[in-house]
Amino acid sequence: MFSYYLQLGLRSLRRNPLLTALMVMAIGFGVAASMITYSVFRAVSGNPIPEKSEQLFIPQVDSWGPKYNLTGNEPPYALNYVDAMALMREHKAKRQTMLYPIGMSALPLGGQSIPFTVQGFTAQSDFFAMFDVPFLYGSAWGTAEDEQRAAVVVISRKLNDKLFGGANSLGREITLSGHNYRVVGVTENWNPKPRFFAVWGGSSFGEPSDIYIPISRALDLKIDTAGNNSCRGRIDYGDWDGWLQSNCVWVTPWVQLDSAAEVAQYRQFLEGYASDQQRAGRYGWAPNVRLRNVMQWLDYMQVVPQESSVSLLVALGFFAICLINTIGLLLAKFLRRASEIGVRRALGASRREIYMQYLIEAGSVGLAGGFLGLLLTALGISGVGLLFQPQIARLAHLDVALVGLTLLVSVFATVVAALYPTWRAAQVQPAWQLKSN
Amino acid sequence: MDILPILSTLRRHKITALLVILEIALTCAIVCNAVFLISQRIDRIHMPSGIAEHELLHIELANIGAKADEKARTAADMAAIRQIPGVTAVAAVEQVPFGNSSNNSGIKIDPKQNKSTLNATNYFGENVAETLGVQLVAGRFLQSDEYVDLEDAIKAFAAGESNSKALPHSVVITQAMAERLWPGQQALGKQLYMGSELPLTVVGLMKTLVRPSIWDDSAAQYSMVIPIRVNSGQYVIRTAPQDRDRVLKTALEKLKLINPNRVVLKKRTWDEVREKFFQNDRAMTGLLVGVCIALLVVTALGIVGLGSFWVAQRRRQIGVRRALGATRRHILHYFQTENFLLATIGIAIGMVLAYGINLFLMTHYELPRLPAIYFPVGAVLLWLIGQAAVLGPAMRAAAVPPVVATRSV
Repeated sequence: MFSYYLQLGLRSLRRNPLLTALMVMAIGFGVAASMITYSVFRAVSGNPIPEKSEQLFIPQVDSWGPKYNLTGNEPPYALNYVDAMALMREHKAKRQTMLYPIGMSALPLGGQSIPFTVQGFTAQSDFFAMFDVPFLYGSAWGTAEDEQRAAVVVISRKLNDKLFGGANSLGREITLSGHNYRVVGVTENWNPKPRFFAVWGGSSFGEPSDIYIPISRALDLKIDTAGNNSCRGRIDYGDWDGWLQSNCVWVTPWVQLDSAAEVAQYRQFLEGYASDQQRAGRYGWAPNVRLRNVMQWLDYMQVVPQESSVSLLVALGFFAICLINTIGLLLAKFLRRASEIGVRRALGASRREIYMQYLIEAGSVGLAGGFLGLLLTALGISGVGLLFQPQIARLAHLDVALVGLTLLVSVFATVVAALYPTWRAAQVQPAWQLKSN
Repeated sequence: MDILPILSTLRRHKITALLVILEIALTCAIVCNAVFLISQRIDRIHMPSGIAEHELLHIELANIGAKADEKARTAADMAAIRQIPGVTAVAAVEQVPFGNSSNNSGIKIDPKQNKSTLNATNYFGENVAETLGVQLVAGRFLQSDEYVDLEDAIKAFAAGESNSKALPHSVVITQAMAERLWPGQQALGKQLYMGSELPLTVVGLMKTLVRPSIWDDSAAQYSMVIPIRVNSGQYVIRTAPQDRDRVLKTALEKLKLINPNRVVLKKRTWDEVREKFFQNDRAMTGLLVGVCIALLVVTALGIVGLGSFWVAQRRRQIGVRRALGATRRHILHYFQTENFLLATIGIAIGMVLAYGINLFLMTHYELPRLPAIYFPVGAVLLWLIGQAAVLGPAMRAAAVPPVVATRSV
């Protein structure tokens, strides 16, 4: 029966090519606009680390005070050097890392060719385990290296390919900004999107990092942040130590807390730390701390570009109008065949069968619209680069899930749109239709 | 035209009428807001920079390894660039308009103030305003004896010698900033404070000079030019528009010759700088324009489709009217009036919806209120589209011969 109805449906689509083309186009354009904007939205609003986003937290401590704080007395986005070192020493969380973005120059091995820039992060050994960084060779450095302020480096697969031709480079040395570092690990290609751990001070959708070095080593070498720093009050630019002691925030802390109890405990620790600082006279205000997990942090930092959500809303509105249009056109199409329905009903077809037939017909319209939509989506996504910034455009891609979703949404939406027209069709009175003929 | 019979007919086709109304209402609401968003973005894209954009080049270099004598290096770089034929000016700077990376300060008009009056950006570099081609409206630009070296200034500032010769004492600011600091007053000769410690006397007013990075469009022109020399490997070069490509190429070759151990981070004309800066706005504009056109087309096609269906359904009725003496013009007017009625109801609902969507956008995306002019313009546009769309079906209706009435199907 299903295939017979499908045949009937396809035949009826051919009977009214203009009306059919109108419906298919409306659905195709509507679904394509929604899917293109959704593919961008999905990429920028996704959870970058779904397995652990509930366990990773970014502590914030108010080191600026109410006079300088952000709106709503929100504490600064990052820690200053003094607080960062204090939290690092206390090490109250099971795992923790302090980080900041760096940019360095790398010297190619052997030849005399020109140095090139690499960018990455300073980190602590826990960084890699906390953020589930996959390794190609070797592993993270250990806490011992953190404490010894060792000159070690974890490099990306891409940099490893560039410097060592993809060979296992563990134990080899590389020169970064004039200093040598021993390679202890090579990561697989890894670049969470958005790059949640460096939303402030880095770039949320930037290029993958090339290098990671221990923060203790970086501070010894006085490597400055390549990201943001935000200063309040009196700033001492005189020398490195003066700068470290200034009230400038630029170090991002992350901690891993596995249970609600640990979270509560850590929050308590932060407040205790802040009130200690108040007592010591460093802070002239009451403790004001925050402990946000990954998704809360991304939400607070408004990582999703405004353009992306507004365009998704506009596209959905467009899709709604296309569906209303489809309802009207299906109504026109079905009711034009009232006499045909009358004959079928008189010959014994039940209402159920009329429903079946017309919903299947609508479904085939939806499927045709879906295929057109798919084509337009593919076209659109390849053209997203014309609209969005390259680093965001690169995120939008057509995958199996999106293809499935496009077809599903168009068939489902069309069938829903067909409910009322089909109901009207099923209400056709056979006797009345036969009489008037 | 009598509209009562039309209304009574519409009452018999509630759902179809409702669909048309709903479609027009939604289209009206979305198009009004989308066009408003587009106009906002276009305004932003054309934000004035206050500089001679078509004559400027930007080069940014990064040193590798140990730092050499930056001051001598900068002097050598500048001398080499100046020798290139066609170069009219060059300046060593630490930030550039629309460059995205910026150095900003809280500005007070009274050192005892608790919070800063505003936040402004700091342009450093000898002759930066002149090289950029900034327009002066009052006072003067900075003179070469006012300039100090950044390193010396930092040392003097750290030592707390606020009257030191090593610190800058004058500043040139934009009109917008002066108006915000001292509304309605003459700003020349007044003192402003960077933070609480560093007093600067306003010696010149610039028409406009945009910031490198803009968080708040209303503060986009809050810029200061401070007499501090910098050696940070960034250069702004001014030349004739047709010479830009050649000058940029030659400049890079010369800089490479002076020190090959440098990485070129940026090399671009200001057309490129602006294009990159407003990329998101252009993206939005393109997307919204596309959706608006698609929306209007879909709505128009929908009206055509439903109109045709109606005409087909009422062939007999039309035939009877024609047989009873109605002219073609009467039939044509009937369908046009019907569409006008539906469009009017749709537009009325659409206006309310448009206002609602605007309120939503205002609270969630910090957009301004929709200007009232959008409502009449939107209404006229949708009326026109409705009339254009219904014309075809209405003409077909008018062509129905009276003889249809006598035929039994």
